[in-house]
Amino acid sequence: MENTNTQNPEKKDINRRSFLQTGIRLAALLAVGSVSGYLLSKSLNDDLVWQLDPNKCVQCGRCATSCVLKLSAVKCVHVYKMCGYCNLCGGYFVPQPKQLTTGAENLLCPTKALKRVYVEEPYYKYEIDQSLCNGCGKCVKGCSAFGNGSLHLQVSHDVCQNCNQCAIAVVCPADAFVQVPANKAYLLKDGWKA
Amino acid sequence: MKNLNNTFLKYFVFLMLLLFICGTDSFAQPRFPQPEFESGYVTPDTQVVMPKGIWFDYMDIAVLLILLTAATLFVLKYRWRTGVVIVSVLSIAYFGFYRVGCVCSVGSVQNVALALFQKSYIIPVSVIAFFTIPLVFTLFFGRTFCSGVCFFGAIQELLIIKPLTIPVKYERLLSGIPYLYLVFGVLFAATGSDFIICRFDPFIGMFRFDGTAPVLIFGLILLLLSTVIARPYCRFLCPYGVLLGWFSLVSKKGVSITPSKCIQCKLCQNSCPVNAIRVPDLLQKPEVDGVRKLGWSLILFPVLIMAGGFAFSQLYKPLSTVHPTVNLAEEIHWEIKNNSKTNSENSKAFHSMGVPVEQLFSDASAIQSKFYTGLWWAGMFSGLFLAIAFIKLSVIRTPKIYEPDKFKCISCTRCYKFCPVDKVPETVLSGSA
Repeated sequence: MENTNTQNPEKKDINRRSFLQTGIRLAALLAVGSVSGYLLSKSLNDDLVWQLDPNKCVQCGRCATSCVLKLSAVKCVHVYKMCGYCNLCGGYFVPQPKQLTTGAENLLCPTKALKRVYVEEPYYKYEIDQSLCNGCGKCVKGCSAFGNGSLHLQVSHDVCQNCNQCAIAVVCPADAFVQVPANKAYLLKDGWKA
Repeated sequence: MKNLNNTFLKYFVFLMLLLFICGTDSFAQPRFPQPEFESGYVTPDTQVVMPKGIWFDYMDIAVLLILLTAATLFVLKYRWRTGVVIVSVLSIAYFGFYRVGCVCSVGSVQNVALALFQKSYIIPVSVIAFFTIPLVFTLFFGRTFCSGVCFFGAIQELLIIKPLTIPVKYERLLSGIPYLYLVFGVLFAATGSDFIICRFDPFIGMFRFDGTAPVLIFGLILLLLSTVIARPYCRFLCPYGVLLGWFSLVSKKGVSITPSKCIQCKLCQNSCPVNAIRVPDLLQKPEVDGVRKLGWSLILFPVLIMAGGFAFSQLYKPLSTVHPTVNLAEEIHWEIKNNSKTNSENSKAFHSMGVPVEQLFSDASAIQSKFYTGLWWAGMFSGLFLAIAFIKLSVIRTPKIYEPDKFKCISCTRCYKFCPVDKVPETVLSGSA
């Protein structure tokens, strides 16, 4: 506009246009400012991260496939306080294992992320190697069906990209994905209440 | 005999008591109680890693601000195209490969819509920043964000080989798509149904080496296409570009093809890959023609708005099935009607949660009525945009010099090198920038 101005300095028309432009610009600035101000007032209190409510989860297996990362940010966690330390673990072994050994044909975990450590006769401790876990939830399903439910899925925040819109949340059939404050980033099962 | 009976009674009472206890309190008891270890083993706590924290979000905002400032300086002050290319490469490296595409300004429109219409949704600060900062910059400096700060634009920008000119008729028609995309993107986001702009995002999948086949193929086609048709996504799809375009129209400063004074040499005429150079028309059309067209457009104005609203609102039933709740309700309705189970994960999850069917149906119908209202608005806005397009057609205002169309110009600075006018007079430059 200013270009034309230099060439035809006497035009009133151009002044009106630039006046209108300034007005609209200020209005737009005000609009954007108020929208973002309003949204900021809601958001500044909390930083939110995605998390999975283990009580809603139905172990459909989509966590393993829908995360934007190749190896899902959803991992299995073990609440040891709830574990029975069984030898025949429903989360570790396939439903009818041939032997209670660590042979791959007997194990439920497809990536060998779930390992067991001998504690004392006849108890075993079950540990998860998070770098191998793909969040498929097979062990969670087994543990909930035959055991105490001490194994469950959680979004692991050292891996999670905290996407704008969690890709798993979109496809979760049980609506189990929620946004939680970053300082309370986990929804761990809290053991058996007396 | 009596003794046996007594024992039986005892067992019966014991069993009943057991059942009673189990029936009331079974959820608080583990199936296998924790053993009492003799070897001194202590039950460990569950280890979790806390989130990286918000500094990560603020780093994204900082990178955006730095790149945007750099791009604005390169475009408007230094008129340095290599700088713009460097910004593009950096943007692809950081937002594309490092942050795998999230967060981006194009998608942020949906988060803002959702946050405005659903009180319970809390939008992350970085998303607000990614929505606001480019808009504010555009209000002052034009669409410098599009030059290469937006990594969508950056990829396409670097791929331009030989841009062809699309016939004006088709170009006008195609530039209507972003409006529809914006309107529906906002509608589906505001109703909490889906983020379609993210779902059908053609480029993000490539950075993640992941995505559905149709979307990836679509992205590849767009990339191939952008070698001959410059920036197909930016011009004919990008919903955020609509907002930027409108804001750019009233921007304080903006791209000027010539560094000082246009001498109408026509050298820049064919240099623009996105056909954004307005050519001074020496053979002006008679004004009467324009006035008649304007009259018709003004009469059409309310008609188009109402027709748009009505037409869109009739589509509320099929469109509302995009919302997962409505979709589930339809599935459960089918199950009840046919007295069978679909056995899908959604249906299984619904039955395991124990939500009453009536609740689901009432939720679904509430969402449908939201869609009806939303579609009225969506249609009215689409009608309004169409009406404005007609009015724009009828207002013939030819520029006096070669200047960029502020709506379309994406500040790629390709036209600069074609201008033969020397950049000497500093005073003129600051006046014309």
